[in-house]
Order: sequence, then C-alpha cells, then structure tokens
Amino acid sequence: MAAASKALSKSPAARMPRTRGKIGNYDNVVGYICIAPWLIGFLGVTLVPMLLSLYLSFTRYDILSPPQWVGFFNYEDMFLYDRLFRQSLKVTFKYAFTSVPLRLLFALFLAVLLSQKRRGVGFYRALFYVPSVFGASIAVAVMWRQLFGVNGALNSILLSLGVIDEPYGWLTSPNTALWTLVALAVWQFGSPMLIFLAGLKQIPQSLYEAAMIDGASNVQRFFRITLPLLTPIIFFNFVVQMINGFMMFTQAFVITGGGPHNHTLLYILYVFRNGFTYYQMGYASALAWVLLVIVGILTAIIFKTSSYWVFYETKEDA
Amino acid sequence: MSVAMSAKGRRDLVRTALYHGFIITLGLVTFYPVLWLVASSFKGHAEIFQNAHSLIPSRLHWENYVQGWQGFGRYTFATFFRNSFIIATVSTVAQVASSALVAYGFARVNFFAKKFLFTCMILTMLIPGQVLMIPQYVLFNYLGWVNTWKPLLVPAFFGTPFFIFLIMQFIRGIPIELDESAKIDGCGKFGVFFHIILPNIQPALITASIFAFYWTWDDFLGPLIYLQSTHLYPVSLALRLFSDPAAVTNWGAMFAMSVASLIPVFILFMAFQKYLVEGISTTGLKG
Repeated sequence: MAAASKALSKSPAARMPRTRGKIGNYDNVVGYICIAPWLIGFLGVTLVPMLLSLYLSFTRYDILSPPQWVGFFNYEDMFLYDRLFRQSLKVTFKYAFTSVPLRLLFALFLAVLLSQKRRGVGFYRALFYVPSVFGASIAVAVMWRQLFGVNGALNSILLSLGVIDEPYGWLTSPNTALWTLVALAVWQFGSPMLIFLAGLKQIPQSLYEAAMIDGASNVQRFFRITLPLLTPIIFFNFVVQMINGFMMFTQAFVITGGGPHNHTLLYILYVFRNGFTYYQMGYASALAWVLLVIVGILTAIIFKTSSYWVFYETKEDA
Repeated sequence: MSVAMSAKGRRDLVRTALYHGFIITLGLVTFYPVLWLVASSFKGHAEIFQNAHSLIPSRLHWENYVQGWQGFGRYTFATFFRNSFIIATVSTVAQVASSALVAYGFARVNFFAKKFLFTCMILTMLIPGQVLMIPQYVLFNYLGWVNTWKPLLVPAFFGTPFFIFLIMQFIRGIPIELDESAKIDGCGKFGVFFHIILPNIQPALITASIFAFYWTWDDFLGPLIYLQSTHLYPVSLALRLFSDPAAVTNWGAMFAMSVASLIPVFILFMAFQKYLVEGISTTGLKG
C-alpha cells in the first residue's frame, strides 16, 4: 500500500506536494476519512445492490420466501415470450427518440433567440425556465393530465375554435397518449436551453465579426459558426437527456399509468409493475439489468459516433 | 443620408417589435398551462369543466384551498407539508455536507487508489437510480426499514456524485497557495477544509442545496415504494392519492393543493434564480 501510494504521488496526476515528509499515511488517512461517506454509499447502496440484483435476476423471488435459482429462465422468458417487454421497449425508444431531439431543438432555437443583447432577455430566460423548475413534480403531472383530459383545456380551446366537433380523448386514444408525454418533455426545455445559452456565450465574438466582413448572412453564420462550435454541448445534452428519457417514470405513472392498452408502457413502469405489483423481484431485476445494458450500449454508440459530428476546436488546429 | 438613417432606424424598430412579439407569444403559450393551473384552483366546480380553458374564474373560490387542506384519511395537508419539509431539509443538509467533504478529499488530498475511486464515482453518475430500485428495496426491506423515512434519508448522508463533481470544480478554482499558507500557519488538512475551502465554495454549496431540495421535494418513486402509512407521506405522494382520477370528487381542491405543492419550489426559484442558472450552466445539471 505504501509503495502504491508512493507511485501515485509521483504520477503527474498528483498535484499536492507532500508536506509531511515520508508519512504518506497521513494523506491516506485524511483522504479516506474525507471520501468515507461516498465510499460507504458506493459499496452499500450501489455496488452491493447491483450485484444483488444480478444474482436475483437468475432467481424467482417474491420477497416473502427465499429466492429460488432458476438459471436463465427469466431472460429466456423475457426475450422469447414476453410481449409486454417488447412493447415497453418499443414505447420507450419511441419516447426517447422523439422527445429528446424535439426538446433539444426547441432549447437551441430559444437559446439562439435569447442570446441576443436586447432588453428583457433576462426576464424571458427566467420565464421559459419556469416549466423546468417545476420539473418532475406531481402537480405538473396532474396539471398535464387535466389539460389533455376529455374535459380539459385543450379540448375546450379546440372546440371553441371549431377545430373539433366533440371532445377528443387525448390520453385514452392509443394514437395520441404517448405524444402527450412527449409534449410534456418538450415543454420542459428550460435546462438544456440554459446550458446552450452558456455555450453560446463562449463563442468568441470576433468569429462573427470576421464572418460579417466576409459577407456571411445570419443563416450562414448560424450553420458555419454557431452550430459547429456548439456540437460538444449538444452532444453532452444528448447523452444526459437520452439516459433521462429512458428512465422516465413519475409523469407517465400519474398521467397515463401505462395505458391505454399499454401504449404508454414505458420501461421503468414495466419494471415497477413487475416488482411492486406482481412482486416478481427476480424478473424485475432481470428487466433492470437489460435496461442498464441497453443504456450502456446506446451511450457507447453516441460516444463512438461523436467523432463524426462533434467539433472540437483543438482538433481543427492540428 | 439622414433619410437613409431613419429608414434603417425604422427597420430596426420593426425588427425589435417582431422579436418581442414573437417571444412574448411563445412565452404565453409556454406559460399558459401554469396560469391555467392557478386559475383552475380558484374556479367553482361547474366552471372547471365548462369553458375549461378560461384563465379568469368568475370569482375567487378560496374555499378550494380550505377544503383541499383538509386532506384525507384523518390527515390534513399540514402533516404532508411538514413531512416534506423535514425530509427535504434533512436530506439536503446531509447531501451537501457530505458531498463537500468528499469533494475536498478528491480535489485536494492524495491517497491510495484515488484515480480508480474517482472513476468509479463518475461512473455512478451515469447509473440511474431507477435501475437500482429493486435491489435497494430488497436490502432496505431486509433491514426492516420499509415504512420508515430511513430509505429516503440514510442514502443522503453518502453524498451525491453530481454535487461532489460540482463542488470539486469549484475547489479547483481556489488557488492552492491559500492551502499552503494555512498550512504554514499550522492548519492540518481538516483545518484547511474548514477555514479555507468551506468559506470559498459557498456559491457551489448554495447551488447544490437548491437542487437537492428540489429533487427531494419532488421525489415520488422513493416514497411510493417505501411508505405505506398515511401519516408518513410527503406532499408528492399525498397529492398523487388526493388526485386519483377514480376517487376525486372535489376538483377545485385538487388543483388548489397542486398549486400549494409548487409554492415552496417557486419561492426558492425567485430567491435563488442566479445560483440556479449558474449551476445549470456550469455543470449541465438536469433541472
């Protein structure tokens, strides 16, 4: 251990000069006291539970009686016979791959508009951020359910405008239920908008001035300067939002509860249903592990392909 | 010349008007649901369903709030709000305090296997809590913690990777010379933490506190899984039962309590807007 810490302190990553002579142990003791809360948590509520759930995924377990080893049965069942598993995957992919790009597009559009130096932009930014502040609260979910309900505000508006003749069941129709959830995700575009605004601030003004001298139009400036320089931030947002999209639970639980006929059965809803409605903890664990692998693969793909579309200034210089 | 100037001036004026007109229209559309929620909380029963889109109640039905506050199952919303405040406050203080200490360890102390452990921490940021809900439930159930606040509060004392990362970024901005001079004055590592680091990372601590409070206040999945007795419910879980479409009879009261549950969130937003915006911009926290 001492040798290892010595080696570590020689590595370029080590920044702190060693102040107490050879007593490397002092740093070790202090260091481990400092990170103890996280380390205990990492082992206790992350690593051990993960391994536990890996084990449980090979068992049948209803909490009341001890787990029974069933080998790959849960996974076989899932991939070969479980139609709801496939349904929930389909719904989740559809949800993530529509809501995330739409949300980012909206966020980018408004960030560009609000990055102009004009009177009132500070107020506008705050205004557009409010829906995100309310975030995943139950109140917002309840509000959305009532907005899109048969007797809700949307139908009321459309009826008075004469667009529809009778109230439409946005939440109960298989064609529209999922889109109400997508709409909610898009409505909360505030935090990616703020991240984009921070990114836009970083772009040197001199680039735009040079482009203006060259006679570039607004549109050209956006596509030739703004967009390429923002790609690292778009990329970061894309990864984070994708993972969030796959983990969507609360709002779907309250607004549609997975219905109608499982048309909004997002993956986590299905895990929850198996775990806490049917008490099939083994099967639910297997589902959770499959999701973890899927999200991992997706993240890896996004990272791998990033070199084709993410622009880093330093690379260009070389 | 002067004619050309005024033409340009006029064009600018039109542009400015178009800009603000467009943004305000979009802002109204975006803000409409919130206004509608507040308006509905003051509407009478019949009004909620007739002309549902209207933003102006015929008169302010304050009784919605009075009736809603009565809650359900022998408990008023006073109980649920108190529960939420206790859970959110304890959890926030615990999360931020432990995160600050961990962040200091990672940012300023060299110890064995630091790089490896730091990588582990970053990886846990990418593992969503929902994936762990089953095994954590099994574990907490085994410990006999189900139907108590322990599963909601104890993990807070282990710090939160997002906040650890945020605070680390801040600590890195503090010149190391400050540490050195404190050391010459006889401070140990912990002395440096309390006398140098903590006073200098206040903005990060405030940002982390606000987000921790929001996330705990809004948390629904945790209470849903672990709490069974009504007297332990936080507002989020209570509101979900209170608004169950199969059981609701007093819609005005449901809207009223929805609005009430957002008030603490909104007050925090108004008070700490600057920190929120900075926190999101620098770390890309989800809001």
